[in-house]
Amino acid sequence: MANVPVHEWTLLEAARKVREKEISSRELTGALLSRIESLDPKVHAYITVLPEAAMAQAAACDEEQAKGTVRGPLHGVPVGLKDIFCTRGVRTTCGSGILGNFEPPYDACVTGKVLAAGAVLLGKHNMDEFAMGSSTETSRFGPTRNPWDLSRIPGGSSGGTAAAVAAAMCFAGVGTDTGGSIRQPASLCGVVGVKPTYGRVSRYGMIAFASSLDQAGPIARTVADAAALLGWIAGYDRRDSTCVDTPVPDYLAAVQRPVKGLRVGLPKEYYEGDGLSREVRAAVEKALKALTDQGAAVVEVSLPHTSFALSTYYLIAPAEASSNLARYDGVRYGYRAGGATGLIEMMSRTRAEGFGEEVKRRIMIGTYALSAGYYDAFYGKAQKVRTLIRADFARAFEAADVLLTPTAPTPAFRLGEKTGDPLTMYLSDIYTIPCNLAGIPGISVPCGLSGSGLPIGAQLLSNHFREETLFTAAGAIERVLPWPRVAPLEG
Amino acid sequence: MAFEAVIGLEVHAQLSTRSKIFCACSAAFGASPNENTCPVCTGMPGVLPVLNRRAVEYTIRTAIATSSTVQRRSVFARKNYFYPDLPKAYQISQYELPIALGGHIDIETGNGPKRIGITRIHMEEDAGKLVHEGEFAGAQASLADLNRCSVPLMEIVSEPDMRTPEEGGAYLRRLHDILVYLGVCDGNMEEGSFRCDANVSVRPAGQESFGTKAELKNMNSFRNVEKALEYEIRRQIERIEDGGKVVQETRLWDANAGVTVAMRRKEEAHDYRYFPDPDLLPLIVDESWVEELRKTIPELPAEKIARLERQYGIPRYDAGILAADRALADFFEASAAIYGGNPKTTANECVHWKDAVFSGALSPETIAHAVEDRERGTISATASKKLVELVLSTGKPFRTLRDEQGLTQVSDASALDVIVEKILAASPKEVESYRGGKVGLLSFFVGQVMRESRGKANPKVVQEVLKRKLG
Repeated sequence: MANVPVHEWTLLEAARKVREKEISSRELTGALLSRIESLDPKVHAYITVLPEAAMAQAAACDEEQAKGTVRGPLHGVPVGLKDIFCTRGVRTTCGSGILGNFEPPYDACVTGKVLAAGAVLLGKHNMDEFAMGSSTETSRFGPTRNPWDLSRIPGGSSGGTAAAVAAAMCFAGVGTDTGGSIRQPASLCGVVGVKPTYGRVSRYGMIAFASSLDQAGPIARTVADAAALLGWIAGYDRRDSTCVDTPVPDYLAAVQRPVKGLRVGLPKEYYEGDGLSREVRAAVEKALKALTDQGAAVVEVSLPHTSFALSTYYLIAPAEASSNLARYDGVRYGYRAGGATGLIEMMSRTRAEGFGEEVKRRIMIGTYALSAGYYDAFYGKAQKVRTLIRADFARAFEAADVLLTPTAPTPAFRLGEKTGDPLTMYLSDIYTIPCNLAGIPGISVPCGLSGSGLPIGAQLLSNHFREETLFTAAGAIERVLPWPRVAPLEG
Repeated sequence: MAFEAVIGLEVHAQLSTRSKIFCACSAAFGASPNENTCPVCTGMPGVLPVLNRRAVEYTIRTAIATSSTVQRRSVFARKNYFYPDLPKAYQISQYELPIALGGHIDIETGNGPKRIGITRIHMEEDAGKLVHEGEFAGAQASLADLNRCSVPLMEIVSEPDMRTPEEGGAYLRRLHDILVYLGVCDGNMEEGSFRCDANVSVRPAGQESFGTKAELKNMNSFRNVEKALEYEIRRQIERIEDGGKVVQETRLWDANAGVTVAMRRKEEAHDYRYFPDPDLLPLIVDESWVEELRKTIPELPAEKIARLERQYGIPRYDAGILAADRALADFFEASAAIYGGNPKTTANECVHWKDAVFSGALSPETIAHAVEDRERGTISATASKKLVELVLSTGKPFRTLRDEQGLTQVSDASALDVIVEKILAASPKEVESYRGGKVGLLSFFVGQVMRESRGKANPKVVQEVLKRKLG
């Protein structure tokens, strides 16, 4: 291991080496900051890099450790956060012009937990504006590029986090997932991404897109790293009424458990459409083989309402977003358009100039779906279908412990390839969206490369609060399928 | 043609919890602008509401006190609209599924008691307020004070069961008294803790269906509500009699001009795009919680009036005045417990000194002693009033002052005999005239005796002694 470059260490290795004083937090942080300096101009995974603050934090960690105190399990280890998590005194943009100058006076729960674990914050990761997008191209701060092929998108909306982790510009990060925003970029960038059960991680201070679907989760290079990180950010928080007060199990311990006897369900609807690329299908089949070779059983299951998931999602998420984003009116914080002569003009110009195209599109869809006379036909009906989708999964989990599906229908596409056609873009989340509607947890784990060398991920889904099963199955896949872990990107 | 008015009232009562409904900020009135704010009530990105348990308890207690049915499951919804005093651009309110339904309260009317239905009770948050810099017309800027944002409110909607402005006033006063009795609202109308909007329409007497209604706002006292209703009913009747039609609209009461003025038409109303707030779980209220809170409900005004009437034998009217304020009724009962006597006298005294009762300057002992000494004839009515005033200004006990001031009066007939004999002996002519039939001279003798006793004689006893001696 001695010849593995510092930045390629796993999160847990880095944490152990700092703890055992093999390396100081300053050296570790400095190494990653210089990697960011050399690579991020190409990748653009960060909206904000915090070199001085990170080095100061690292120095403080080293000093404390010299006196014998350790902040937590991530003492002195540099990580990044999607720019959707509020960070006290550090600009938090959510990828939007309307929050381009916003410095929150508070930390998100996730921010607080990561810092309490001892992590050093390197910066804030790029994202689709207000997490609305599947390619990180809707960011007001410009797109992020896929470290495996700079002409391609990293996925989204947590594309900055996935790219930063894949390019080893941080040891791990935390993203958010409303319809696949952690799992899809993890799949496209060849890293591990977890969307926990709704209510597992507090949403406090995480800027809302669609409140009933949003959930924070880890993005890391190994299943073990992701499992450990989820353990540190999960748990009850009384500031979020939807956060569930249930104990956080030892996720890391689950990674090594055997899969013998595990019932792996294959939802037939996920393999039927012609949108699924042959290469992705083949890679997911390899993941299945990895599981069955270790003693897992295969069962076919059906999720009959799958075909309604996308349209259900595109009513519920925009409806909630139209209300959540109404607060950005230029009155109290964030961007305010200049030159307006009256209140209405100030508000409408602020929003017209502050928001990007995709955000405006969804605000309009959502406003329409909630409007008088349309509520029952759209939002009301979508909620009913959501109940049916949830029931589909409940039935499937009677027969299976875990479901195995592709994460995304294709490997990473090219920049600009789908920006002109929102519907095609929305289809890239077709396998990830039902999980959010049902509130169940999901993980994307790398399972192969395409012919042109692009990463492909397999998605595993389990029942509510059964993240351990995901880590067990993903760990088994990771053990069998060798993986480069860090994107082959020249420094 | 005879017309009948149909009135329904919507009351917004501020719950007197210490903190706001969805955050820990103080809900107190009168702080400097934006002092009582935090990221949650100012709608910063990513923050979330957490429901105040106390606010729910207060609302449940109100539901119990108004015989409403507490719903096991109620849901908070978002009411979406843009305004600078509404930081999230939506108000969290209960909409389709409120916390309580179907109650009533009983009021007193000129024609006896009447039951007014309560449609629903729901919880919501208040908005902030805008202050316009400089004069309104030429204002250069508007300033937002968000202290009131997320202050807990309870909206109580009545059935359209009232037919006269007096009934409207009686309903409001009774509801107000109930909330204050419960301690869930301070009832202060000037500070906006208890606000009322009215829906009013008229119809030909005997007609079943309702006429077109107008919604009245901006009435900040009971009297103003009654006046506004009187005006509006008259306006609508006149309009119909002139061959016109009543338009559905919101009208503001202008207390100075004594008129209602159209504000905005219902057709132009916002589409609030209500939907369940995904940040808050449905509110589940167990029956056991309701039963626990039921035990905390104090005696309410209607029950108290009936009991005071029954227990103390005082007129219903007096009981009503006492019971309009729990503190006054309690004071009365405390006084009556110290000295029974004639409770009507005690009630009169309590009402007469009620300002001092409310300020806490007067103790029940003072009133009890004042009534007792008067009834026993130890002091005169004039002396009693003077002594209570002295208690208020010096803080000394009533009876200490009575003795210090020498204001006890002589009621002992044998002691007065001597004085009366002396006066009669000194006025033989008048005695003769009196006995000759000029009974009006009695007051002359009383005056003489009073002067001789330097005001200390009990005039009632003096009269009795005189009548006996002259008889």
